[in-house]
Amino acid sequence: MQATDIANPDYFHKVVDCQWACPAHTPVPEYIRLIAAGRYTDAYMINWRSNVFPGVLGRTCDRPCEPACRRGRVEKAPVAICRLKRVAADKKDDVRAYLPKPAKQHNGKRVALIGAGPASLTVARDLLPLGYQVTIYEQDPKAGGMIRSQIPRFRLPESVIDEEVGYILGLEPELRLGRRVDSLKAVLAEGYDAVFVGCGAPRGRDLEISGRKEAAANIHIGIDWLSSVSFGHVGKIGKRVIVLGGGNTAMDCCRTSRRLGGSDVKVVVRSGFEEMKASPWEKEDAMHEDIPILNYMVPKAFLHKNGRLTGMSFEKVRAEYDTKGRRNLVPTGEPDVTIECDDVLVAVGQENAFPWIERDIGIEFDKWNMPKVDAATMQSTLPKVLFGGDAAFGPKNIIWAVAHGHEAAVSIDRMCAGLNPSQRPAPAVTVMSQKMGIHEWSYDNDVSNDARYKVPLRPKAEALGDIKLEVELGFDARLGFAEAARCLNCDVQTVFSASACIECDACVDICPMDCITFAANGEEKDLRARLTAPALNPTQDIYLQTGLKTGRVMAKDEDVCLHCGLCAERCPTGAWDMQKYLLHTTQAGHACRSSR
Amino acid sequence: MTYLNKPVLHHPKLKANALGLTHRDYEGKVSTLCAGCGHDSISAAIIQACWNLSLEPHRIAKLSGIGCSSKTPDYFLGPAHGFNSVHGRMPSVLTGANLANRELIYLGVSGDGDSASIGLGQFAHSLRRGVNMLYIVENNGVYGLTKGQFSATADRGSASKRGVSNSDSPIDMVSLALQLGATFIARSFSGDKTQLVPLIEAAILHKGAAFIDCISPCIAFNNHPGSTKSFDYVRAHNEAVNTLDVMIGRETITADYAPGTTREIVQHDGSTLRLHKLADDYDPTDRTAAADYLQRRHAKGEVVTGLLYLDPAPRDLHAGLDTVETPLNRLGDAELIPGAKAIERINAALR
Ligand SMILES: Cc1cc2nc3c(=O)[nH]c(=O)nc-3n(C[C@H](O)[C@H](O)[C@H](O)COP(=O)(O)OP(=O)(O)OC[C@H]3O[C@@H](n4cnc5c(N)ncnc54)[C@H](O)[C@@H]3O)c2cc1C
Ligand SMILES: Cc1ncc(C[n+]2csc(CCOP(=O)(O)OP(=O)(O)O)c2C)c(N)n1
Ligand code: SF4
Ligand code: SF4
Ligand code: SF4
Ligand SMILES: [Mg+2]
Repeated sequence: MQATDIANPDYFHKVVDCQWACPAHTPVPEYIRLIAAGRYTDAYMINWRSNVFPGVLGRTCDRPCEPACRRGRVEKAPVAICRLKRVAADKKDDVRAYLPKPAKQHNGKRVALIGAGPASLTVARDLLPLGYQVTIYEQDPKAGGMIRSQIPRFRLPESVIDEEVGYILGLEPELRLGRRVDSLKAVLAEGYDAVFVGCGAPRGRDLEISGRKEAAANIHIGIDWLSSVSFGHVGKIGKRVIVLGGGNTAMDCCRTSRRLGGSDVKVVVRSGFEEMKASPWEKEDAMHEDIPILNYMVPKAFLHKNGRLTGMSFEKVRAEYDTKGRRNLVPTGEPDVTIECDDVLVAVGQENAFPWIERDIGIEFDKWNMPKVDAATMQSTLPKVLFGGDAAFGPKNIIWAVAHGHEAAVSIDRMCAGLNPSQRPAPAVTVMSQKMGIHEWSYDNDVSNDARYKVPLRPKAEALGDIKLEVELGFDARLGFAEAARCLNCDVQTVFSASACIECDACVDICPMDCITFAANGEEKDLRARLTAPALNPTQDIYLQTGLKTGRVMAKDEDVCLHCGLCAERCPTGAWDMQKYLLHTTQAGHACRSSR
Repeated sequence: MTYLNKPVLHHPKLKANALGLTHRDYEGKVSTLCAGCGHDSISAAIIQACWNLSLEPHRIAKLSGIGCSSKTPDYFLGPAHGFNSVHGRMPSVLTGANLANRELIYLGVSGDGDSASIGLGQFAHSLRRGVNMLYIVENNGVYGLTKGQFSATADRGSASKRGVSNSDSPIDMVSLALQLGATFIARSFSGDKTQLVPLIEAAILHKGAAFIDCISPCIAFNNHPGSTKSFDYVRAHNEAVNTLDVMIGRETITADYAPGTTREIVQHDGSTLRLHKLADDYDPTDRTAAADYLQRRHAKGEVVTGLLYLDPAPRDLHAGLDTVETPLNRLGDAELIPGAKAIERINAALR
């Protein structure tokens, strides 16, 4: 095996599992330490720089970081990264003094953003302080996109949206609210230097089965219905409600129904409970509110009488796997199931729709009617038109929308400077020893043994009584501290210097996780099997260093390292050091233009 | 040392032995020795060996004297019995404990100061009596705990940390052990667990006086150029005469060795020691030849390691004294007090 090149910024970045998994590469352990230190404002600003909406995301993020979190590999549950973000947002002081100010001077470049969702707002935030003149077109009366129109208030209070969207609007973009764009050609004709399409995936899929037309008055498309609720156009629903679908829209529909008069609300899904798209915690939240989830039931017909919906019938199916492992749903042969109801919410998927983009202006679409978008630059085949968020590759989530926004802003900034946007800027990285004394480090290396803490909830009866009451109360300072202490500080890297090592084995002996081995070198596969504890997780690297006196190599399995620093404390020669690796992605601005 | 306890979190795929214990279950308190001290590696090797053998930790007694080495029993086998005796007196305390309860496994842990200076006499008698134990000397050539004075095992001409040359002749504990009748004798190096762990296993299984002289560099006071107990010196002069596999029951070892280079010795407890010859002319069952070989190599500055002498059919102290199988500490008054009649009979026989 070759010695590891730790100068490659990706190497240590990957060790910080959460940051690597976060689409916006938020420096997670850095902000978690700040929370533990009670420095909530600083923790917030670290987040704000990376993910733009810490208060929103601290309540709603899809949290790809958590399944990646190393803590989940060494004990039962990962660190509650997402809810710690909320602690920073809840407990921070007034941050306005730390935010960028509107540019004093325009740089002469004009950019149009279509849609005011998180993707567009991120582009706006990154470009406005640089002097760009930014115009935002939004069909809704307020900015925020689906954060405002879809996510129910009991998960995300409007004040949080107003605050964080407000920080961006404070940078003074030109806002054209209530203005639906019907022609991209017309927008391009206004001579913008770049146009960013952040219109989301605005169309909810329908279910064309028998009875759909006749019972239409009581059948609602989930996302349309949720936005009508959000904007106050709908205030109640029947007592008995069926929600069709297993994604997060379905989960929000059923829980919203419980608060608008639905006392008997059921979720029905075609496939199995485990395969549902909704996250485990979303399903838990729904079931906690007495909403049963019925699975393996395929909708057959809307039943109606005298032009009114009376219920639905379903065919019962089971999963069968063919030789290729593909799943088919086959009828069980049992009689159909009829469920009576007053209303049905159809939440069976979301689609992109670009009827307003002319097909003759140089933007190519694929066979699924999606624009061809470069995953690195976010550019379409018409280079000055960029896509991001749900509009780019289909419905994802807020944090991906933000990540796309940052990348698009970099592309626009480079393009406007006459640089090639395909050349991406390297991240900004600092690596610094954390040693303060023989056994003293500038981080808390005493690993907490606590299990994951639960976020306290408002009592159910109270929560169901008011659609605007936030269900989760959030961690208080004490719980936040205890949960923060569970973080393993994966960004404090074990850095090895072979020339200082005397091969005394002290690090091997003390390591609580059996991470370190001194052995004869070999092919990676062979070496992995020969380690103190075999390294069976191929997604995690082996840190290998050569140059030892005995000719052996030092091989460290990064997989389950606790970053406890005991190897470094036990090393008599300082061959091991604990060095904090802080990585910030490069955003639009001077730094992103330095590479040609 | 560190100020922190080792986290309780452990590798998720940690293997369990026949008792369902992981090697972490054989740990003790966190060490207070200097970072990098060879003694800590020996502790780790003892942990590994006891785990490999699936020994019940509470059926082990660890006894030691005074010194950094003698502190180490606190850092392994937390659930075992422990006794920290006065300086140099571990062998007598161990002998007494073994007499009282022959069923425990005895680990005598000592240093070169503890055993070759103040405790030399005790060391000698425990070996010649054949006490069933593993006696391990963590040999660093200095009194580590009292700041690095030369010990009696320091080679003549080797230099102290401040550059002073040692003028006294060294005591070679392995040669002494050969002469005193120990039935299992090995030398190893704290920096080579591949060699050390099987030696500890075999020595524990050995039903007699087993002695291991383990070179264990003192990072603080004896790991400099001019020392013959430093990592560099031992690595450069380590001459292993053999390597060892320990096989219990029907376990098979799959490694292949050239024919004629392997020799199997069945121990009294049924375990098999498979020795792979590294030095052609070394016979570990020939006591006098071993003594001779060691002295010749030592004169050349070499450090001979491996299993140096083995008597596969040892006699232990209890056999010599013809004690009962039941440990003495489990005998009641009825078995222990002969009664007035018996005394009279004895007295009469002496008149
Ligand atoms: C019910 C529901 C719940 C969700 N919950 C979560 C969650 O908990 N966590 C999470 O991370 N994600 C969640 N999502 C997904 C998330 O909301 C989206 O992925 C995200 O908002 C996408 O951001 P965006 O900027 O791409 O587009 P959007 O947020 O969809 O914003 C697009 C904006 O463009 C406007 N627009 C569209 N077309 C035009 C036009 N022609 N002219 C002018 N304006 C136009 C729209 O009005 C909208 O305001 C949820 C989605 C739904 C439907
Ligand atoms: C009766 C007595 N004499 C002297 C001492 C001082 N003393 C403490 S440890 C030690 C030597 C220990 O050397 P060694 O056994 O080699 O242990 P190391 O620290 O080197 O591992 C001495 C002389 C003592 N504690 N008690
Ligand atoms: S333990 Fe902390 S730093 Fe490590 S992956 Fe989890 S949240 Fe990130
Ligand atoms: S920091 Fe060092 S001692 Fe701690 S788990 Fe990682 S490799 Fe092991
Ligand atoms: S003084 Fe020497 S023997 Fe004692 S703990 Fe330190 S390194 Fe080990
Ligand atoms: Mg000593």
